[in-house]
Amino acid sequence: MKIREVVKLLDAEILCGEEHLDTEIHTACGSDMMSDVLAYVKDQSVLLTGLLNPQVVRTAEMMDMLCIVFVRGKRPESAVIELAKEKGIVLLSTEKRLFVACGILYTNGLGG
Amino acid sequence: MDCIRLEFEVDGENFSSAGNASERVKRTLKQIGVPAASVRRVAIAMYEGEINMVIHAHGGRAEVEIWPDRAEIWLKDRGPGIENIELAMKEGYSTASENIRSLGFGAGMGLPNMKKYSDEMKIDSTVGVGTTVYLRVNF
Repeated sequence: MKIREVVKLLDAEILCGEEHLDTEIHTACGSDMMSDVLAYVKDQSVLLTGLLNPQVVRTAEMMDMLCIVFVRGKRPESAVIELAKEKGIVLLSTEKRLFVACGILYTNGLGG
Repeated sequence: MDCIRLEFEVDGENFSSAGNASERVKRTLKQIGVPAASVRRVAIAMYEGEINMVIHAHGGRAEVEIWPDRAEIWLKDRGPGIENIELAMKEGYSTASENIRSLGFGAGMGLPNMKKYSDEMKIDSTVGVGTTVYLRVNF
């Protein structure tokens, strides 16, 4: 699916990266532990997390991920948004909880 | 091709900037056309090392050599040193504080990840003096 569909399915707010909404994505992962993301993630292109610090963007960048979804209505500080802009990573914020957000994307065809 | 040498100071007081050096190395490797999978292995291994230097050792110095067929990285710090390297290499073992865990790190995956993503890893550590981690990643 396209990132645009993630926005729709999760009723998410776009924090940055509107120009990349037509990028195709196939897989996602959900975690608040960045070390685990670095250890276990292979080619996932979306990261769902409740963590808000700049290292979330760094981790996504190292893993060549394209989109980060902040769950539970969380929004990072502007410095984090600026860092994501610089790296060309889409940032979204959804009111949904991590489990629910992952479930919605999974049932709509996104793989693990 | 000659070797490309890069050196970075890793600021131990600034968690937000951890990853700057790895990001620069990643960009350089991309620019010279290293395959994406190899670029990612270097980036992850070095990023974990950089995070370690910030959370355990008040920062340090990263030296990188990029050769046509490999990257070699030395991460040097003057931190507390590692008492038991064998234990530190175990997945899930960590001495990081609760504060570090709340930031998404300190799961005890740093050193195991560095080993996993590199072709050679050597740790030289003396308690009270510091630690040097050597990483080699073949392209």
